[in-house]
Amino acid sequence: MLGRSDARDGVPIPLCTEDAVANSSQAMEPSEEVLQDLHFRMVRIRHFEEEAGKLMEQGKSPGALHLYIGEEAVASGVMVHLSDQDQITSTHRGHGHLVAKGGEFKKMYAELYGRETGYNKGRGGSMHISNVDAGMLGANGIVAAGPPIAVGAAFSNKYLARIAGRDSMNVAVPFFGDGATNEGAFHEAANMAAIWKLPVVFVCENNGFGEFTRQEDHQAISDIADRAAGYGMPGVICDGMDAVAVWEAAGEAIERARSGGGPTLVECKTYRYVDHVGLRGIGLNYRTDEELEEWKKRDPIEQHEKRLVEMGVMTEEEIQAVHDAVMADITESIEFAENSPLPDPADLLNDVYTPTAAS
Amino acid sequence: MTAAEAPAGRQLVYTLAITEGVRQALQEEPLAFMAGEDVAGAGSVFGIYRGLLDEFGPDRVIDTPISESGIIGLAVGAGATGLKPIVDIMFMDFIGECMDEIVNQLAKMRYMFGGKATLPVTVLTMSGAGMNLAAQHSQSLEAWLCHTPGLKVVMPATAYDVKGAIITAAREPNPVFVVMCKGLMALPGEVPEEPYDLPIGKAVVRREGDGLTIVAHGRMIHEATKAADILEGEGVSAEVIDPLWLQPLDTDTIIDSVSKTHNALVVHEAVRFGGVGAEIAAQIAELAFDHLDAPVGRVAAPFSPVPFSPVLEQTYVPNAERIAAEARSILGLG
Ligand SMILES: Cc1ncc(C[n+]2csc(CCOP(=O)(O)OP(=O)(O)O)c2C)c(N)n1
Ligand SMILES: [Mg+2]
Repeated sequence: MLGRSDARDGVPIPLCTEDAVANSSQAMEPSEEVLQDLHFRMVRIRHFEEEAGKLMEQGKSPGALHLYIGEEAVASGVMVHLSDQDQITSTHRGHGHLVAKGGEFKKMYAELYGRETGYNKGRGGSMHISNVDAGMLGANGIVAAGPPIAVGAAFSNKYLARIAGRDSMNVAVPFFGDGATNEGAFHEAANMAAIWKLPVVFVCENNGFGEFTRQEDHQAISDIADRAAGYGMPGVICDGMDAVAVWEAAGEAIERARSGGGPTLVECKTYRYVDHVGLRGIGLNYRTDEELEEWKKRDPIEQHEKRLVEMGVMTEEEIQAVHDAVMADITESIEFAENSPLPDPADLLNDVYTPTAAS
Repeated sequence: MTAAEAPAGRQLVYTLAITEGVRQALQEEPLAFMAGEDVAGAGSVFGIYRGLLDEFGPDRVIDTPISESGIIGLAVGAGATGLKPIVDIMFMDFIGECMDEIVNQLAKMRYMFGGKATLPVTVLTMSGAGMNLAAQHSQSLEAWLCHTPGLKVVMPATAYDVKGAIITAAREPNPVFVVMCKGLMALPGEVPEEPYDLPIGKAVVRREGDGLTIVAHGRMIHEATKAADILEGEGVSAEVIDPLWLQPLDTDTIIDSVSKTHNALVVHEAVRFGGVGAEIAAQIAELAFDHLDAPVGRVAAPFSPVPFSPVLEQTYVPNAERIAAEARSILGLG
């Protein structure tokens, strides 16, 4: 009922096996299973983020949270094509990427709470949340730090495939914002991926703002996909509010990368519903309520649910059941986080270095 | 008139003292402009530049793209060709993005060109931990800058000093980094309304004492002062020195103090290994060795990235109790 899903600790999470991924990215039309999967992933992100934002504003989750609400279709549409063997790099706005890549809520909330049971044992928090085991190479506090790291992961993927004599490669997907494309690091990464034909799919989440600065004030182009030509790679634009559109664009690019066709820049036009940091933010007047309402009319989850019902893929009741199951998982996970042990200050210096093998 | 009767001067919080410093620097120098990420429309994510865009307009208060090397490069090029750039690198951690422009261009251009270039550049940036912002938004990297010939570095920890430091930097014909402390943003203090500067390279004696010299900079100056209060209750009189300028460093004031107190403790928030405190301790050992009753002590952060979890971060960042404990140990008191 929850679509392609797996269970860890009895809780359903999106399935990230290589078989499932191969099935979905070679299809021309999304199967019912994929449509349900996209929905499941988006709903998980939305509720996770709304609750995380409340926890931050109640002072329960320390530090700063950059929420992904409104942009769910992007992470979900891409991640359906990726297995745990494929890597992603994320941004300061990273929870959605980890959720879509099968992140478990218990370990995620525990990380936001700075607990020992969190994905990063409480050492990283929101801005560094990661799951290296599932190819999630971390949210990042440094804008545009992800693309070069993804290029390194893709280099590794190509290298290891060659050694193993495999034609098909694992793929690395850096997510980054419109603002990030103004950093030199983005440019260097895109160029390197292109000259070496690495299995990278650059996914730009163009939400129209870098913090409080409008795209038109920080770059002289409106389509970031235009930049692809400058690196000699294909650039495509898709509707980042439509999970199926993202699924299509990303699927084609990921398939090409996997089979040795080199990188693609996929630009997803989207919008963030809440402020740069937190739910309420710092009250700056940099965009209008009308603009926000316009985007909300194309809400990725509402649009997709409408489609699911119209196509007869899911009933209203089944959709509601997904929301309920996700909320139940959240309630249990927040409780888990709150009751989890804090790190022991005596362990402060652990993990600065990997122990050197005894000679 | 005694100090108690003196009319209290105008009070401003640290953030507003920053705003006023930049405003007056822009007012007094038509060739000065300010640029950085979200400094104009948003008035900075810390709110420290609010109102400047309205007052000076978009030709002089400029939002840049997220491009730190571009920002410092802009300052180098514009500074070398006659303007007086004041640029902002939001979080000090982001200087990693622009270290080449800082270290190989900004700092060295004048020397490499045989003194034929002048770089009147002010860089404002926010440092420090304590707000659960984790490893990439909490660092104190002043040692990186102080290790680079050609740069001046000031780390103001009061509202008065931050305004003065900004104006001093803006008037100075050399690159100056004003390293501000995000943990002090709400700190009030007396700030005169008129523009004023600070003597470059001059330390401030925050509190006089004769039993021990505590040298602390940045936010740690306040922890050191609290530690001095604790120690006073135990019969120890600590002198607290804020170098304020880390480059150039006021060695004389520190050495004079240690010659009087015979004991020295150096404190900072940055990691201990290779921190500015190591330089200060070395200078004390070189120049005041005969006056010392005990080895120079140091309190600083342990050798790890800044941890996120509040329990770990509290252990990580030095505080008054740890400073007082180290002072007792230097003095053989327990
Ligand atoms: C190197 C660096 N510079 C600046 C920042 C501060 N900062 C954090 S998020 C952000 C805006 C990023 O915009 P964009 O890439 O479009 O991502 P979005 O927040 O819109 O998802 C900025 C400037 C940073 N974290 N790292
Ligand atoms: Mg953006």
